[in-house]
Amino acid sequence: MATTTTAANGQVSPARSLLALGATKWLWVLLAILALLPLIGGKTGLISNYTFLQLSLMIVYAIAVLGLNLLTGFNGQISLGHGAFFAVGAYTAAILIDQAGWPFWATLPMAAISCFIVGYLFGLPALRLEGHYLALATFALAVAVPQILKYRHFEGFTNGVQGINIFKADPPFGLPLSSDQWMYLVVLAVAILMFWIARNLLDSRTGRALRAIRDQPLAADTMGINTSHYKAVTFGISAVYTGVAGALHAIIFEFVSPDSFRFELSIAILVGAVVGGIASLPGAVIGGVFVQVIEKYADALTKKITAAIHLPIDLEPWTIYGIALIVLMYTMPMGIAGGLSLLWKRLKGS
Amino acid sequence: MEQLIQQVASGLANGAIYACLALALVMIFVSTDHINFAQGEMAMFSAYLCWQLLEWGVTVWIALPAVAMLSFLIGVSIERVILRPLHNAPLLSVVVVFIGLLTIFHSLAGAIWGHTIKEFASPFPKVTFAGSGYIGPHQIGMIVVTLLLLLALFAFFRFTPLGLAMRAAAQNPTSARLAGVRVDWMLALGWGLAAAIGAVAGSLVAPAVYLEPNMMASILLYGFAGALVGGISSPGGAVAGGFIVGVLENLIAYFGNLLEKASGFYLIGNGEKLSVALIIVITVLTLKPSGLFGHVTVKRV
Repeated sequence: MATTTTAANGQVSPARSLLALGATKWLWVLLAILALLPLIGGKTGLISNYTFLQLSLMIVYAIAVLGLNLLTGFNGQISLGHGAFFAVGAYTAAILIDQAGWPFWATLPMAAISCFIVGYLFGLPALRLEGHYLALATFALAVAVPQILKYRHFEGFTNGVQGINIFKADPPFGLPLSSDQWMYLVVLAVAILMFWIARNLLDSRTGRALRAIRDQPLAADTMGINTSHYKAVTFGISAVYTGVAGALHAIIFEFVSPDSFRFELSIAILVGAVVGGIASLPGAVIGGVFVQVIEKYADALTKKITAAIHLPIDLEPWTIYGIALIVLMYTMPMGIAGGLSLLWKRLKGS
Repeated sequence: MEQLIQQVASGLANGAIYACLALALVMIFVSTDHINFAQGEMAMFSAYLCWQLLEWGVTVWIALPAVAMLSFLIGVSIERVILRPLHNAPLLSVVVVFIGLLTIFHSLAGAIWGHTIKEFASPFPKVTFAGSGYIGPHQIGMIVVTLLLLLALFAFFRFTPLGLAMRAAAQNPTSARLAGVRVDWMLALGWGLAAAIGAVAGSLVAPAVYLEPNMMASILLYGFAGALVGGISSPGGAVAGGFIVGVLENLIAYFGNLLEKASGFYLIGNGEKLSVALIIVITVLTLKPSGLFGHVTVKRV
């Protein structure tokens, strides 16, 4: 598995990287370390299976956030409903594994295809919507998702409120890995592939068209860019990213149910994108890590804060989430990635 | 037939609440061009405030205006403190701030009052009257209060200098400013009014749906749908739209039920309320974004 990962690395063309040249080298080193983690940590028992699950979830959310990043950050279309595409991907994977007995890896392309179709179709009417109206339509989508999943005629597939249980795959060829370590490597490989595709896409003619549409829709149109085509396709591609993340989530979490895809999920993806940095690939990674860390530690953190400032009520994590969001909009509207690069420029400049 | 009348009547009652919420959304939209995603949670929070006052023994006819006033102040301060610095910020920042407000109000209500369902007594007397088989006293109360509120707002905007100033600020901020209208404060006033209207809507709907932090999700969605159907730039239209989607919601469930009885095929029912709202929202936005009564905005290129 480690070899596959390096193969994916090898295709990164350093010259056109969005990162600086020197940083690319460090990116390789980082990826190599990440890929070797199961050998180092797993064998010596330094890193538990539970930690690998957490790491996998971070990577999964990073892919989901990247999907929203492509749409909102690079194409300027605001979506508050990406949880819907996450759900489509997750259910596609779960249904194919549970009912058709597919191996887990084969469900990923299917999740991508179904999400592209759903995303493209949703993007078509969304083409006529701008700014707030699009946010409104996707908001409605996000709120309605659990109910759509519970729809009676889908129950044969979705198993209704109960959801679907699936089982984690064991590593193939008798590799000396636990299933959590194996899934971690799979998720990592998928993530590297998808980030690499995203980077090349953004560096291409298409990527420039996307950004032109975001910055000057009218000028882009006059320059001969087929705005509506690009916008709908971007919606589809964005849904593919978030949907594949959903499928991976279902596979490593071994369970899907309508109530795992409530409005909060869409907000979490949005928060990840905004906190990480809305038009930045490293930002998507930061956002993914943030979403998982918050999900895991927010409760404890909130309790500490409540105790520290002697509040008479038990604050809930989402209050902190909300305040953090608003404060961030004032202090670092380009997210952590944007803030860091600004800081870096200042340091280099002085 | 009797059932149909009943459905329409209760649809009108729900519609009254949607109309209030739609009106609150329009208040903010016409003056700032923003769609307030936190409107539902703000209304929910106000409903909790009202409940708390009632628990402390305040009579409802004092509690309701008091909460409306308090919500007005909260609305004004949100605009002045949180949104004011973002007047020239990109749209995404504003939307994100709204989402932040939504989560704050939602979780604060949960933290302060807990997540268990609370009973909220209806402020209207339980009397029987001709036709009370079709519609309950609380439902009539909701409709009457909404209509009174509308009338008051209409009078405010039509006959008072302040109302005129607010309309001017919304229609042409630059000229209004030159004519001596303090546009910034007019925006804050719009926010305050929206919050107060939302408070009335929340307190009125709480007895019908029980009080809990999630109570506004579907109501807000129908408020959006109502505002869009009527035209999000037209206050009167939004109210009409609210009533329309209220009736539509019940009729769709009613005819879905009939269909199931007649053919045994379940198409749509009460479990699909949110999906119906989603379909209404998307249909209106795609086919007629200006709504039934809104005016089409022409953008100069």
